[in-house]
Amino acid sequence: MISFKLEEEQEIVREALHGFAEEVVRPLARECDESEKISEEFLAQSWELGLVSTQIPTEYGGAGETRSPITNAIILEELAWGDAALAVAAVAPAAFAYAIADQGTEAQKQTYLPLLCGEQYAAAVLAVCEPTVSFDATIPRTVAEPKGDEFVISGVKCFVPMGDRASHFLVFARNNGGLDAFIVERGAEGLSISDGEKNLGMRGLPTATLELERVVVPGVNRLGGESGCDVQRLLDGSRAALAAVMVGLSRAVLEYAVPYAKDRHAFDQAIAQKQGIAFKLADMRIETDASRWLVWKAASQLEQGIPAARSAQFAREYAAEKSMWIADQGVQVLGGHGFIREHPVELWYRSARTLGVLEGTISV
Amino acid sequence: MIDFELTESDKAILAAVREESLICRKYARYYDENEHEFPPDELEEAKGRRSVYEMLGGRDDLDTSLGTMSMLISAGQTWGDYSVRMRRGKGALGNAALRAAGTPEQQEKWGGHTLSMAITEPGCGSDPSKVQTTAVLDGDEWVLNGEKIFVTTGCRCDGVVLWATIDKSAGRAGIKSFVVEKGTPGFVVAQKEKKLGIRADDTAAYVFTDCRIPRENLLGGKEDIPKQSSGGFKGVMKTFNMTRPSVAAIGIGMAEAALDFTRDCLQEAGFEITYGGGSHGRPAVIEKFQKLEALCEASMMTILRAAWLSDQGQENNTEASVCKAKTGQAVREITQGCIEILGPMGISREHLLEKWFRDVRITDIYEGTGEIQRMIIARSLLGYTRKELN
Repeated sequence: MISFKLEEEQEIVREALHGFAEEVVRPLARECDESEKISEEFLAQSWELGLVSTQIPTEYGGAGETRSPITNAIILEELAWGDAALAVAAVAPAAFAYAIADQGTEAQKQTYLPLLCGEQYAAAVLAVCEPTVSFDATIPRTVAEPKGDEFVISGVKCFVPMGDRASHFLVFARNNGGLDAFIVERGAEGLSISDGEKNLGMRGLPTATLELERVVVPGVNRLGGESGCDVQRLLDGSRAALAAVMVGLSRAVLEYAVPYAKDRHAFDQAIAQKQGIAFKLADMRIETDASRWLVWKAASQLEQGIPAARSAQFAREYAAEKSMWIADQGVQVLGGHGFIREHPVELWYRSARTLGVLEGTISV
Repeated sequence: MIDFELTESDKAILAAVREESLICRKYARYYDENEHEFPPDELEEAKGRRSVYEMLGGRDDLDTSLGTMSMLISAGQTWGDYSVRMRRGKGALGNAALRAAGTPEQQEKWGGHTLSMAITEPGCGSDPSKVQTTAVLDGDEWVLNGEKIFVTTGCRCDGVVLWATIDKSAGRAGIKSFVVEKGTPGFVVAQKEKKLGIRADDTAAYVFTDCRIPRENLLGGKEDIPKQSSGGFKGVMKTFNMTRPSVAAIGIGMAEAALDFTRDCLQEAGFEITYGGGSHGRPAVIEKFQKLEALCEASMMTILRAAWLSDQGQENNTEASVCKAKTGQAVREITQGCIEILGPMGISREHLLEKWFRDVRITDIYEGTGEIQRMIIARSLLGYTRKELN
């Protein structure tokens, strides 16, 4: 049945997260961007919301709520309305947790899920992106070579979120022509972790570059054990999540541009009263809506366990294009002020461009 | 619960629509090239075939709600052809106005008629407050004078909901709508318009010359001119909250047809179309095709959203405009893009793609142009009145 109806609980979550985004996230965004540091206090506060552990089964230390990619998409839109970098920092460990919860072996669940259900912020994250020209997440250069009961992994991963502190990485790699994901411990021999590149946007998010030089992991560290895992599904989940973040960013731009355009006068009229501006704002609204419904469609297919590769690709690519366009138009509506760091629009413009090239990182 | 999957009953109905569409499509080219003819009210193939609308009875709460479902049905029908139907349904835009604004007596009297709606004039379209057609009360009759163009279902309807002013100095507030039955002296159907696309569609021009109708034919029955706001006008404008998503759905059906045709051609030519990979590995032509597909899907989602809100009894004024504006632009890009992908084959009249390209162009014009939709969306975003943003 086609329905856009949010559950009552989802409405409550949305409202609560919006409040958090408004009171906590947004005020920290600029400071984190300028200092290129995440706020530890923010991580602690967001951890208390249970963003990572709520949907983990109780036997592994979570709250046992139903896994809901739709609820997560709603949460991400609200958090990212506050700030995309902080949103990703808060939920990056959830992507690792969901990968294990959805596709891990029983032993993997018992070993790793409790790590992410403690009292304090803890990170284990996905390592998907690679610093190569025309990177394609489905054709990584990182290779896992089977060797007896073990795998030998070599390659480079970049833009690994919270890589400065993550205890474990879920490394996407090629394995005999197929795709797999491997759990690699921070202390593994052959793994060197350096501070990530300094990037255009999302500066508040700590990222790391991982160099894996013949890192040996036991066979049991292959996600899903002997049968492996569905990496496409993991990518679908991350694409829906990134798209949800883009929708939140788009909405932030629109909601900032609207009052600005009403306040700003030129030629004896608010600029919003001119069609050139008013139509831009209308288009920003149209594309924010359209992107959101594509995200919901992908999230709902993920929630129902049906193939979602097409809808997740559409959501991700459509939302990426439109969020970049919306942020770009936001700068234009603000004119010179859009270029000044006193306003958040230039930050959103950089974040949108940055988000548009990411894969992995987070998940619904 | 948020859900975009169809139930078995939904699927059965849409499969039946698809079957009918494939039959209707066989006649599409003929009526495009013979625009002076109308497709029959009922195709020969309709005999013994259950109507799709009959299948809509007996659905339960778990099935997609009716308004939302009707968007999918509309899109499914125009996937076959814009104008050719297995059976032509009763009712037109005027019937929607009658339902929205008519008194119980008027609904009783004309509910069974097919009523077109005549708003546009040679000198006014998007700004109906400038309607020049006049209605003057003379005893117990209204006397109508003026010209109307672009009247959909104008030739084959039984009557028309006509917009006319009873007081030009009152602007919008003076605009009233009247039901005029065909055959009333002074009411002449001047011509069937010749068009870029949707050629088989019944689009007429009307002329009213001292046309006298009973006083009680004023839709809604209110003869007074409201001082400030335009309550009556708003009532009629409300008609658009479902018709805008509907015409968007009609457009998207043809865009889907264009995409399906293009996909078949690509696959036949050996292109593999897969999903889930990164964009860098795709051939440019597949990249382009999938972008158009995503655009089509995004548009359809905005249509479903607007219709679903209406089904829930919620305000959908802005969303109706969102889906209309989005789709009006998208269907053009999609059909233009499909032709681009197929090259010279795309412009050949041997195939229907060039026809869909012409047919969808109206989507961004009728039921309010894309610019009008953006105006409505912007006013709602900014909290502006018509006066503050125009």
